[in-house]
Amino acid sequence: MSNPRTFQIQEISAHPGPVPGQGTRREEEVCKYIDVTTCIGCKACEVACVEWNDHPFRETTFDDTYQTMPSTEWNYWNLIKFVEQEREGTMMWLMRKDQCMHCEDPGCLRACPADGAIIKYQNGIVDFQQENCIGCGYCISGCPFDIPKFNPKTNKVFKCTLCSDRVGQGLEPACIKACPTGCLHFGTKQDMVQIARTRATQLQTVSGFANAGVYDPQSIGGTHVIYVLHDITKPELYGGLPSNPIIPPAYTVWKWLAKPTGLLMAGLGLFAVFFHRLTVGPKMPQPESKPVLTHQPNEVEAGRKEKP
Amino acid sequence: MSTSVERFDEEARRKFSRHGQTVVHRGELLRHPVYTRVLHWTVAISFILSLLSGFAIYSAWLFRWLTPLFGGGPMTRFLHPWFGLAFTIAFFFQFLNWFAPMHWKPADGRWMRRIRGYVSNKEKVEPKDVGFFNAGQKLYFWTIALTAVLFLITGLLLWFDHVVPRWLVAVSYVIHNLSALVMLAGFIIHIYEGTAAQPGTFQSMTDGTVTKEWAWTHHPAWYEEITGRDPRNDYELAREQQARQRETIGERVHETGERPSP
Repeated sequence: MSNPRTFQIQEISAHPGPVPGQGTRREEEVCKYIDVTTCIGCKACEVACVEWNDHPFRETTFDDTYQTMPSTEWNYWNLIKFVEQEREGTMMWLMRKDQCMHCEDPGCLRACPADGAIIKYQNGIVDFQQENCIGCGYCISGCPFDIPKFNPKTNKVFKCTLCSDRVGQGLEPACIKACPTGCLHFGTKQDMVQIARTRATQLQTVSGFANAGVYDPQSIGGTHVIYVLHDITKPELYGGLPSNPIIPPAYTVWKWLAKPTGLLMAGLGLFAVFFHRLTVGPKMPQPESKPVLTHQPNEVEAGRKEKP
Repeated sequence: MSTSVERFDEEARRKFSRHGQTVVHRGELLRHPVYTRVLHWTVAISFILSLLSGFAIYSAWLFRWLTPLFGGGPMTRFLHPWFGLAFTIAFFFQFLNWFAPMHWKPADGRWMRRIRGYVSNKEKVEPKDVGFFNAGQKLYFWTIALTAVLFLITGLLLWFDHVVPRWLVAVSYVIHNLSALVMLAGFIIHIYEGTAAQPGTFQSMTDGTVTKEWAWTHHPAWYEEITGRDPRNDYELAREQQARQRETIGERVHETGERPSP
């Protein structure tokens, strides 16, 4: 597909005034915005996700809550976490839709050793390519949100794709389509941050949530799924959302610094022994048995002498 | 512990020598019996398989080169822990086999202080106190023993990563790879010393024997222990004998212009 900007008009003959549409920019980064404050926990998004991705409804454990299962699974990518919280003497029910956050700096991708198993698109979607996955599970420990899940039958890891197949066709993700309250939005990153900020301000000024704010953690370069929370200072309350998510330094420092250094040292080691053999030479059992000479001895010695 | 280890070793050696044998020719000494050789090559093969399959996952630059050797990425990932487990088990028996001769002795400290001269090949014949293994070999052995333990622990944590906390997996990942680099460095030196650097050494692990010259050159104290003779004295005798032979050969070449028949 050609770049849509190629056929944007640059100049027009005999046209008074500026060229229409000049200075327009195409927003490439997409974003899902989740307003936690208006979620009613209907789980329509969970069902839509399961339906669109053609997953069978899996077995679950009942743990005395409304939550469908304890955590997301390899074939259950979208899960509303229900948390009962006390606030000013009354019960407050926090419901947060949990799924892949599509980090700007994805820990799964940093940790992955398999060529082409995890890709990040220009629009910010992080997608797993199961045909290239080797099933090592490094992405699972690389993820700050505990999202990638292992399928023990196929030895492959799965997670939410942000419906990259739908987005590629100009459609919104299935969960967005199904949401009845409008707490889910999908659009460009810029627009979603804008809407989220407006909503947070509204919560602060009108609804009395002084700490309301937008969750778009900059410790991993921002995410392509953002939340508006009643209390941005305590994201952990919402089913364990980390306030300062980080990729384990082991994966970044080690992979980009220590690994090439290690390979270089291994290469140098091979060179070292090779040139040790060339210059210092072998340790022969003593006394060395010299090869029997076929030429006259003095003739050979004269010819072999190195220049001082 | 050491007595039960010795008893176990004795028995293993006896059983293995029933199936295999070591031919010791005249002028040669038995260095490694069949049991030791079988163990050594089991360790070597499982180590090389672990190394290659591990390096495929270790670096993105090696992924496409090394995974085809094992039937693709998923198969490499599947096999690597099993290779590693085989290596650990084989090395455990080798550890028992060599536990006694690998004990660190005062002579090894002196050897380490001389290491510069050893590497630069200044001294043609090793000092008289160097026994069955020199300090370099002992150092390699204990390095492998330590890294093998680290490998096993971190390897198991990485293998069962779904029940291990995330930070522990990340830490294991670094320790596992660092152990690999330490082992690789030792491995390169080990292969070099065993083949190109010291002719006659490779034979000790294939045929099980070494020449007497090799023994008094590289491990004089062991030579003394096994033959009851003075290594330096025998070396001087051999040198004189060789000098005499050289003289007679030289005379004949001068007189006839022909190479003497061997």
